[in-house]
Amino acid sequence: MILQPHISIQNLNVHIGENHILKNINLDIPDKKVTSLIGPSGCGKTTLLKTMNRLLDNQTDVRVGGKVLVDGENIYDPKAEVTHIRKKMGLLSQRPFPLPMNIYDNVAYGQRIHGNYSKAALDVIVEKNLRDVNLWDEVKDRLKSPATRLSIGQQQRLCLARGLAIEPEIILGDEPTSALDPISTQAIEELFLQLKDKYTIVLVTHILRQARRVSDYIGFVYMGEIIEFGPTEEVLLNPKEKLTKDYVKGFMS
Amino acid sequence: MMNIRLLKDSIFSKVFFTLTILSISTVVLLGLGLYYKSIPILDSSSLSKLLFSSEWKPFKEAFGFYPFIMGTLWVTVISIVIALPLSLLTAIYLSEYAHFRVRKLVLPLIELLSGIPPVLFGVWGVLVIVPLIQDYIAPHFVEFTTGYSVLAGGVVLAIMIFPLIISILIEVFDNVPQELRDASLSVGATQWQTVKKVLLRKSVAGIIAATVLAISRAFGETIAVLMVCGNLAQIPHSLFDSGYPLPALIANNYGEMMSIPMYDSALMFAALLLFVIIFLFNAISRIILFRIEKSTT
Repeated sequence: MILQPHISIQNLNVHIGENHILKNINLDIPDKKVTSLIGPSGCGKTTLLKTMNRLLDNQTDVRVGGKVLVDGENIYDPKAEVTHIRKKMGLLSQRPFPLPMNIYDNVAYGQRIHGNYSKAALDVIVEKNLRDVNLWDEVKDRLKSPATRLSIGQQQRLCLARGLAIEPEIILGDEPTSALDPISTQAIEELFLQLKDKYTIVLVTHILRQARRVSDYIGFVYMGEIIEFGPTEEVLLNPKEKLTKDYVKGFMS
Repeated sequence: MMNIRLLKDSIFSKVFFTLTILSISTVVLLGLGLYYKSIPILDSSSLSKLLFSSEWKPFKEAFGFYPFIMGTLWVTVISIVIALPLSLLTAIYLSEYAHFRVRKLVLPLIELLSGIPPVLFGVWGVLVIVPLIQDYIAPHFVEFTTGYSVLAGGVVLAIMIFPLIISILIEVFDNVPQELRDASLSVGATQWQTVKKVLLRKSVAGIIAATVLAISRAFGETIAVLMVCGNLAQIPHSLFDSGYPLPALIANNYGEMMSIPMYDSALMFAALLLFVIIFLFNAISRIILFRIEKSTT
């Protein structure tokens, strides 16, 4: 059905301490599409997202079994190089977390991390990415002021620009609009729609309307399992599984 | 019924207010008391002479505190120079790199270290550090030393403030949200890059606060330093010279030699000096912290 999975998750199991958080997950994330993961709080969708760039590594007492293939490379292979994997993905978290530096340095951060110190090149990259997230006009006169002085909606767009500046292939969004006001939310959603031609986007959300507005595919996660996966309209309007039906019922009525 | 609730509320608020004032007033009273006791010596010689003369001859009523001030500074500076980098790296390791089981094992041990009575550190210094300096370290640099030196004092003190700095720093690092580290890691930064560019930057204020607390503690530490420092009223010129920090001076002599007029007052002046140094030091660091917080938020 899906011709080209960008990320292919195979037999993934995650334990945190005594808890079996993700149970035998098999999921193909299609290339250059928006895929939303929906499900009730605590179902494991954020954990699933974090397995995709191995951010789970930093949590206490985590065991991961199975494979996650990104471009055909298993990122959980013991020989896999984590920073190179993460460079392929930009992350947008629930609340914006600008780094403790000025706006310019936030966007240039990833490039500098990977050894690009050329002022001229960085100037171009910073401007381009701030324009891509529609922030340039708002901040171009205060690039040197601390990023924390921006409004929360601006901060989230800045974080997106920071992620895009490393030229990733994939954008991971962990409920990226849950802390934002409606206008900023709309701005972020529109950005996703603009960006989906160039990037594979995986979005964790609990807002079904948002999932419908922006995504091409939806995966429904419940109690650590993928219950249903398919094209957005099909999952939301004509779910095959009873659990999915119950969950999206509120949305239907 | 409403009235009784409100009455209780207002009574408690007044009680708490009184208690707060009481605890603040001890500090003020302490300062005033020390000043009052130092008046005789302040009257008999000028302040600059007391602070900058190095003549210490109680029998001739010559009280120059310069050697003691320098002794205190030497020991404190040495201890911070040793302790700060070590504890910074330890804290970074424990909070960022170590397996959580290692952390669980090591942290209580460090806390335990801070609970050991200072006198034990003093004994340990006399038995281990002093001979080590005398026999193995100093011979490479100077012709003769007893080992009882500002270096010995600094080393012992460093080990004593080590756990204090580590526990504060770990607290500081724990307060940096994981998501901030994730933000850095997710663009492909290594752990070390994340520590350098995000964690340490975010923690500057906390690191300064920890250092200030450690320095305040080092200034005042008495018994352990007194046991290894040599206690000669001279200005130290090298790491291997003996020194005589202010707290040691007070502890060694208070209650003795009271037959000498002015001696009592001189020691009280030493105490006042310590008090003022710590007070100023805290005040200055607070201003610095305030500036930092203002510039980063």
